[in-house]
Amino acid sequence: MKIMNMVNAINDALDIKLKEDPNIVVYGEDVGVEGGVFRVTEGLQKKHGADRVFDSPLAESGIVGTAVGMAAAGLRPVVEMQFCGFVYPAFNQIISHVSRMRNRTRGKYTMPIVIRVPYGGGINALEHHSESMEALYAHIPGLKVVIPSTPADAKGMLISALESPDPVMFMEPKRIYRAIKQEVSEDSYSIPLGKGKILHPGTDVTVIAYGAMVREVQKAMVMAKEAGISVELIDLRSIYPIDKELLASSIKKTGRVVFVAEEPTAFGVGAEIMAIANEEAFLYLQAPPKRVSAFDTIVPLPKGEHHYLISPEKIFYEIERTAKF
Amino acid sequence: MIFKEFSATKKRLFRVMDDQGKIISPSHLPEISNELLIKAFQDMLFARTADQMIVSYQRQGRIFTYPPNLGQEAIHSAVAQVIKHDDWLVPAFREMGAWLAKGVTLKDLFLYFMGNETGGSFSSAHNMFPVSVPIASQLPHAAVIGYAIKLKKLDQVVYAFTGDGGTSEGDFHEALNFAAVWKVPVVFIIQNNQFAISVPLRMQTVSDSLAIKAQAYGMPGLQVDGNDFFAMFAAIKEAEEHTRTGNGPVLIEAVTYRQGAHTTSDDPTKYRTREEEEAWQKKDPVNRLRNYLIDKKLWEESREEELISQFRKEIDRIFVEAENHPSYPLEDVFQYQYAEMPDDLKRQKIEHERFLEWSRSRTKKEVAR
Repeated sequence: MKIMNMVNAINDALDIKLKEDPNIVVYGEDVGVEGGVFRVTEGLQKKHGADRVFDSPLAESGIVGTAVGMAAAGLRPVVEMQFCGFVYPAFNQIISHVSRMRNRTRGKYTMPIVIRVPYGGGINALEHHSESMEALYAHIPGLKVVIPSTPADAKGMLISALESPDPVMFMEPKRIYRAIKQEVSEDSYSIPLGKGKILHPGTDVTVIAYGAMVREVQKAMVMAKEAGISVELIDLRSIYPIDKELLASSIKKTGRVVFVAEEPTAFGVGAEIMAIANEEAFLYLQAPPKRVSAFDTIVPLPKGEHHYLISPEKIFYEIERTAKF
Repeated sequence: MIFKEFSATKKRLFRVMDDQGKIISPSHLPEISNELLIKAFQDMLFARTADQMIVSYQRQGRIFTYPPNLGQEAIHSAVAQVIKHDDWLVPAFREMGAWLAKGVTLKDLFLYFMGNETGGSFSSAHNMFPVSVPIASQLPHAAVIGYAIKLKKLDQVVYAFTGDGGTSEGDFHEALNFAAVWKVPVVFIIQNNQFAISVPLRMQTVSDSLAIKAQAYGMPGLQVDGNDFFAMFAAIKEAEEHTRTGNGPVLIEAVTYRQGAHTTSDDPTKYRTREEEEAWQKKDPVNRLRNYLIDKKLWEESREEELISQFRKEIDRIFVEAENHPSYPLEDVFQYQYAEMPDDLKRQKIEHERFLEWSRSRTKKEVAR
C-alpha cells in the first residue's frame, strides 16, 4: 500500500499497464516531456520511451482520429484531451468513428481506446476549463463513460478501461485530483466498469453522485445526520453502462432519491436517473425524485462560480426537502 | 514589395534590424514619423509594464490564471500602429498591445482575468471579438467577417491572431482556405513563440516555416522577425495595403519567443533550458528598439525610468479600481444566456433564490443559537 492522490493513482495505473501490455501507447498535447498540464503522465516517457509516451501536435480531432487508426491496427491508444472544454474538435471522430466502428464493421475492427478527459469546475479557471459534459458522451451509443471519485477507484477503473475491448471516456474530476489522499495498493487490480457502489448505507433518502460531488455529498451528510436523516450514498462511478439494478434496489428501499452532479441540469445524466426512478421504482416512491445539478447556463468565470457550483448546503437543503416531503 | 522579395517560398526571414537594434537593411526601413515611432515604443513599454505587474498580482493571489506577453510586444505594437478604428481584431489570448489599441480598457482586462465576464466583453473596444481560448477556433470567424466586409463594400480589414500550436488545428487550415477562396480582407498573424505550452515547434510541423503554409492556400506568406519592430511594422503595413485593396488575405508568421510561462499555471523549466531562454532574451524586442532610438538620439534611459514609474502608478490605480468592482450578482449568471430567458431557466433562478433565502434564515438561527 502507498499513499496516493488521484494524479498518482492514474499515473500508477498507466505505468503498470504500459509495462504489462506492449500495445499501449499514451499521447496527447503536452503529455510527453512535460507529463501533462496536470502532471498525470509525469515520468512515463522516461520510463517507457518516447515512442510509447509522446507529445502530439495541437489538434484534438487529429489526436482521436489517429487513435482510431492505431486501434484498428492493433494498438491500444490512451489519449488525453487537455480539458473537457477542448474535446469538441474531436467530436466527429468520437461520434462518427470511435463509437461506431465495432458495430458497422460487425466486429472486424474494434476500438479499444481510452480517452482521458479532466473535467469539472471549482478550480478558479479561465473560460472553457470548468465544463462537466459527461452526458454528451453517455448519449452516444457505443461509448463507455466512467468517472472515479477516489484515488483507489481511479486506479482500478483505469486498469479496467485499459483492458476494455470497447472505447472508454475516462473522465477525471480535476477538482479532487490532489484533494483526496488514501492508501492505494501498488499491485495491478481492476474494478469492473458499469458498477456503482454504496458508500454509506442508509434508510431515508438515496443520494446518487459521482466524481467531485461525492465529497460534497459527504459534507452534506454531516448536516443530514444532525437533522436525523439517514442517507444512503451511492457513487455511480459508471455513467454508461449504468448500474440500474443497484440504483433501483436502493430507491425501492428508501422511496426517495436525490441526484447530485456538476452537469447542467436539462437532458443530463440526472434526467436518466429520474427516468430510472420512475420506470423501475415508481410504486415505491414517496417523494418526487430530485436533481441537484447546475443551472442551464455556461459555467461562470471564477467571480461568479460560487453561484453556480453545487454547495453541500444546497445538497442538504434538497435532501431535507425530499426526506420531509 | 516585401511579400514578393521575402516570399515564404524563398525561405528567407524578413528582418530590418539586427539583434542589437542596428539597421541591417536600410532599404527596407519603413517610413514612419519619429512621433509615431516613439509612440510605438511607449506602447511596448506600457504593455510590458502592465504585463509584468499582472504576473506579480497573480503571484499575490489578486488575479487568476494569466497568459504573459513578455517578449512578444513588437508584434502587437506594429498592429497597434496600423489598425484603424473600424478595422476588426480577432484575438487569440496573447496580444495585449493590440487589444489596448482597439480600445480595451485595462480595467476590463483586469476584470476578465479576475474572473468576470463583464470585463471579457471588452465593451469599449469597437469591432473586436472576445478572447478565444479554444485554439485556432477564432480563425474561421475572421474569414467570415472578411466576407461581410466585402459584401457590404466597407473600408475595413480584419487582423486575426493565432499561435504556432494553432497551425496544427483543422480550423486554421479551413479558415485560410475559406479566406483565400472568398478573397477577403484578412491579415492572419501567427505568433510563432516556439512553444505550444511545452511542445516545441519541431513537434508541431516539419514544414520549412509556418509562413509557407500560405502557399498551399494561394495567398502570400511572409516570415518576419517578430522581435524586430521595423520588420513587423513594414510587414503589417504592406499586408494591410494588399488586403484592403481587394487582393485577398495574407499570412504573416512572426518569429518570436515567449519569454514568460504559457500561463501563470505553467512551469517552463520542465521543457526548456536556461541557455535557450537567455539566447532569446538577447533578441528582446524592447531592447532592440530602445537601442535604435537611443542611437538616433530619440530616447533617453532617464526618460524611460520616469515614464515607467508613471505607468506603474496608473496601472496600479486601475487595478485597485477593478478589485473594488461590485461583486458578481446572481442575475449575471442567467441574464445573458438568451435574449429572452426560457421559463425553465427562470424557474432555476427562482428555486435557487428560494434556497438562498432558506440558507440565510438558517444562518440566522445558527447565530441565535
